[in-house]
Amino acid sequence: MKIAVLTKAIPKVDSLKINSSETWIDDSNVKFVMNEHDTYALEEALLIKEELDNNSEVVAITMGAQKSSNQIISEALAKGADRGIIIENDTKITDPLVFAKIFSEQIREEKFDLIFCGLASYDLGSGQTSVLIGEILGMTTATFAIGTKIESSHIKVKKELESGYSQWIRMSLPASISIQSGLNNPRYPSLKGIMSAKSKEVKVKTIDSNFSEMQGFTKFFVPKNEKQTEYIEGDVEDVSNKIIDILKNELKLIA
Amino acid sequence: MILVVLENQRGKIHSFSREAVVAGQIFAKKYDEELCILCLGENVEVLKEEASEFESDKLLVAEHELISQYTSDGFSKALSEIIAQESPRFTIMGHTYIARDFLPRVSVKQDLPFIGDLTSVSFEDEKTIFCKQVFNAKFLTNIEMDPSIEKAILSFQSAAFDKDKIIKGSPKNIIDVKLNLKDSDVRITSEEAFKESDSDVDLSSANFIVSVGRGIESEDNIPMMEKFVENVGADLGSSRPVVDMGIMPKSRLVGSSGFTVSPDLYLAVGLSGAIQHVVAMKGSKKIMGINTDRDAPIFEIADYAVVGDLFEIIPELTKKLSDS
Ligand SMILES: Cc1cc2nc3c(=O)[nH]c(=O)nc-3n(C[C@H](O)[C@H](O)[C@H](O)COP(=O)(O)OP(=O)(O)OC[C@H]3O[C@@H](n4cnc5c(N)ncnc54)[C@H](O)[C@@H]3O)c2cc1C
Repeated sequence: MKIAVLTKAIPKVDSLKINSSETWIDDSNVKFVMNEHDTYALEEALLIKEELDNNSEVVAITMGAQKSSNQIISEALAKGADRGIIIENDTKITDPLVFAKIFSEQIREEKFDLIFCGLASYDLGSGQTSVLIGEILGMTTATFAIGTKIESSHIKVKKELESGYSQWIRMSLPASISIQSGLNNPRYPSLKGIMSAKSKEVKVKTIDSNFSEMQGFTKFFVPKNEKQTEYIEGDVEDVSNKIIDILKNELKLIA
Repeated sequence: MILVVLENQRGKIHSFSREAVVAGQIFAKKYDEELCILCLGENVEVLKEEASEFESDKLLVAEHELISQYTSDGFSKALSEIIAQESPRFTIMGHTYIARDFLPRVSVKQDLPFIGDLTSVSFEDEKTIFCKQVFNAKFLTNIEMDPSIEKAILSFQSAAFDKDKIIKGSPKNIIDVKLNLKDSDVRITSEEAFKESDSDVDLSSANFIVSVGRGIESEDNIPMMEKFVENVGADLGSSRPVVDMGIMPKSRLVGSSGFTVSPDLYLAVGLSGAIQHVVAMKGSKKIMGINTDRDAPIFEIADYAVVGDLFEIIPELTKKLSDS
């Protein structure tokens, strides 16, 4: 089983600011981490490999700027991925279809049996990538996976549906699947893993950055508050008194 | 033409679909296009009955044994065929789990942009400007189509359009669509949907809910919250990450993947207020947030915005309440 895990470096969010051209966040000095949903996708791939215990291979793949890409691919290798592919690209792509087309052509020749992605990325959050790539490469697709089971030439996927429902589906391989958070416990890299990562193969690919987008982000802004909101701030003592006053006298929720 | 795709949700029309019809009616008017409503595959009879009460130019009914149950293979192939035939300017759906599951495939098949997860749209002169949340609802971004592109697939988040503004009436025409699906098009089989019940509580009927978000940090801080809710007589709810970390059971999850609630007071503690959470609690009579971040999205929908550290405020509240 040849499994690709597609992952993305995400600016670590704490106090993010919009950049001066208002088209993205100011990421000049931020740290990058692996997109959280992708950590579950990687773990699921590693678990499948361990269970099959044959000639399975897990390949971690990302597209993005060199430095942050190196960082997250090293992390994936340290956790147990067998090799990595970095598709170097410094241009911001906000059209999911363009992104997926470029990505697909870079990995087509690998002929993966399975492609796992996180459900969505924290930054763009389009949630389309795994489905687009699956369709482009002629694979079956599924989203919101909360469980997987390999059955020779098929995979069974437990999907999360809306309002607390779940459903098992069975699909033929090759398949591209987006992984929902919480289905496993992503591992930490071991010291041995970190050491051995250094000797693992990382292929670096470059792309032609001449592409035209059909849709794109044009302006970032902070959401406006449309409701009458009463702000309560100050020292803990005052704030607490005020909250109790609201619960007691305004809303009559406590006696 | 503007094409609105209705969706079946366990035997009923999906509530997002009604909002999509409102979107369709507005787009049809703005662009001076025909409005066409599509009942696709699953449970078409129910959808057709619903759609017969909405004003539209055309009602398309697409039935086929290969799409009588939803699969992304069948639905993407079927919708793609219909788009190829009808050539709609915009194809519109609610941003549901199913839309997320198969619309990207239609986007590839028809080489159309899928502009998804939209919270609003505005029409300015020649331009149509879409809006979507990014960075987990921290910011919004405008999205525009390249001027050379005329057609697109759109999906709207809940509440982007008011479902009560639907223009009632009836379709001028009802047309059965012939689909050319082959057995080999569908490579996916589905089992029955089921509910994993580990329910110790029914949040949907609670009148005071205190929900914890990732700000709670660890399981060790839950007793502090339990003491607080006991003192105020509330039920404890939670956001998704807290459930994923195994800190709270799924029966406490509020959000699009959990329960929908509408208590008299919803108190969100250390919880940012991402759309998938907010859709399921914004119907609460009053909303209060406790958050260190003055710009947290939860404050946008809150009646009371408490700016502060939960680890200071919650113990202080508990202390004051148990003293009195
Ligand atoms: C398809 C899909 C379905 C989803 N379904 C759901 C769902 O059903 N329910 C759901 O909740 N989410 C759901 N999500 C996830 C959702 O997008 C958000 O990621 C999630 O709601 C964020 O949870 P949070 O607010 O607890 O965490 P965060 O966004 O990390 O927010 C933590 C908040 O705590 C504040 N904070 C930190 N420390 C303190 C402190 N000491 N005192 C006070 N405040 C503090 C921070 O300022 C921040 O605002 C879904 C996502 C997707 C893509």
